[in-house]
Amino acid sequence: MKDILLKRRVKGRIYIALCYGALAVALVPLLSILLVTTSKALPVIDSQFVTQLPAPVGSPGGGIANAIQGTAIVVGVASLIGIPVGVLSGIYLSEYGGKLADLVRFLNEVLTGFPSIVVGLFVWGTIVMTLHHFAAIAGSIALSILMIPVVSRTTEESLKLVPKDLREAALALGIPKWRTTLSIVLSSGRNGVITGSILAVSRVAGETAPMLLTSLSSSFWFSSLDQPVATLPITIYYYAISPFVDLQNKAWGAAFLLMAFLLATSVSVRVISGRRVTA
Amino acid sequence: MPSHPIRGGDRIFRAAAMAAATIALFLVLGIAYTLLEGSYPSVGRFGLGFILGTEWDPAIKMAFGALPLIWGTLVTSAIALLLGVPVSLGVGLLLSEFAPRRSRFPLSLLVELLAAVPSVVYGLWGIFILAPTLRDFVYPALQAALGFLPSFSGSYSGLGVLTAGIILAIMIVPTVSAVSREVFSAVPNSQREAFFAIGATRWEVARHVFSYARSGVIGAVTLGLGRALGETMAVTMVIGNRFEIPSSLFQPGYTMAALIASEFNEATDPLYVSSIVEVGLLLFAITLSVSIVARLLVRRSMKLFREVGNE
Repeated sequence: MKDILLKRRVKGRIYIALCYGALAVALVPLLSILLVTTSKALPVIDSQFVTQLPAPVGSPGGGIANAIQGTAIVVGVASLIGIPVGVLSGIYLSEYGGKLADLVRFLNEVLTGFPSIVVGLFVWGTIVMTLHHFAAIAGSIALSILMIPVVSRTTEESLKLVPKDLREAALALGIPKWRTTLSIVLSSGRNGVITGSILAVSRVAGETAPMLLTSLSSSFWFSSLDQPVATLPITIYYYAISPFVDLQNKAWGAAFLLMAFLLATSVSVRVISGRRVTA
Repeated sequence: MPSHPIRGGDRIFRAAAMAAATIALFLVLGIAYTLLEGSYPSVGRFGLGFILGTEWDPAIKMAFGALPLIWGTLVTSAIALLLGVPVSLGVGLLLSEFAPRRSRFPLSLLVELLAAVPSVVYGLWGIFILAPTLRDFVYPALQAALGFLPSFSGSYSGLGVLTAGIILAIMIVPTVSAVSREVFSAVPNSQREAFFAIGATRWEVARHVFSYARSGVIGAVTLGLGRALGETMAVTMVIGNRFEIPSSLFQPGYTMAALIASEFNEATDPLYVSSIVEVGLLLFAITLSVSIVARLLVRRSMKLFREVGNE
């Protein structure tokens, strides 16, 4: 009898130890990526790297400043489109509901499940084909499509946490529903909405595949939304697969900058909001 | 009802919110339509032969068949599930059942960081760190042990189908472990208490939680599968991009997503472009069905728990 109990206990311990082992296995790649990127990037990153255009291959120096600028612009414009639409859509899901809302919730989940390259093909087929050339605005639209479902869901979730009493109190004062929603409900739930929006930004800022089909790349500064533009993810890709050691090293520098931005935003947002948010 | 002045603002606001919500519908339909329209020439020319064809010749014969791409996509995803799912479920159980309560949040934060690393950085790391490590240390041992199987025979450079599968395994861990942790945590506590009450050990309770959450776990795995099928950049960078069905997993291959990413900008001929779009259509159809199944499974098990929990 005692033996059986001991056997069960030991067996349990072994399996729990295996679960800790699984966690260790899962974290090895993360540690490796962080350490390698940092150590390979530090020799590359200097003031030239972040302020200058790429130098012609073979000549020393040069930087990736245009890609930093391009990423900021493309992601910025994507946010200007994606966040307001996503927030409005989340308001509809939380404040109005009904059959349409159920359908939209489901479609949001479906959209989140699409490979980003498929979204890239869609924007290529609609925008790029119409313009007849790659353009920064096409990249922004592709990214905003990836943002909308995320922002919409997080907005809905945080507005649902706002107590009903607040809405009823405002309506009882004779305030119209739209003012109640904007000034009372949305402002009470704003932390969640901001968290969701920042997570959506950090989710799309590292996207590479859709950019290949939309905004492509450029060796120069940003000129207009109508023209191709350099971005950090595409720069990392092209430099990584290039045969030149100098460019390969610069890929690590670009990866470091991109990761520093992405990890800093997603960690700080999660720590500040104090809960797990899966984007 | 007392007569009320019609609130114009309310109507406008409601219409605006509704329009924003409906965008999701237009996007899904628009994506489907654009892909169908774009692949029309290729569908008309090759028909079903496109799915079964093994030739991809954009230069001379203009013949396109996608079978090696479908093979590569399915095999790399299968490897990813085989390696990634046990690890993810272990992590999921740990974070929901075993880890000390205080450490759960920081630990799950660490796992979620894996999801914050962009795909292209996984690819960069794959080319310069993972592939050489596998080539020098893991693959020799693997070949010594299993080299009698054709799948593990032949020479290797480090870039190939198996490496792509391994990098996908790493990338699906945050998704599968986060969703499975959520499903495990949603199992009503009465289930755990009942098992503890009849003298079960912690592991036996966890095993019960696991089997109770079965359909949610399958959903989590299916979500991971969806991610693996559509993952593009990391795979493009380490799979070797060779259009064939390799006899060994060490050899280079190709996936649907990788082909779209690496050949799209070279394609000038309309039939070539249309064939690439049809590859996108196939990928869209596969991931759409996988993600719908996954969401339904997760949703069903969560709903079940809520009903039981309310009793």
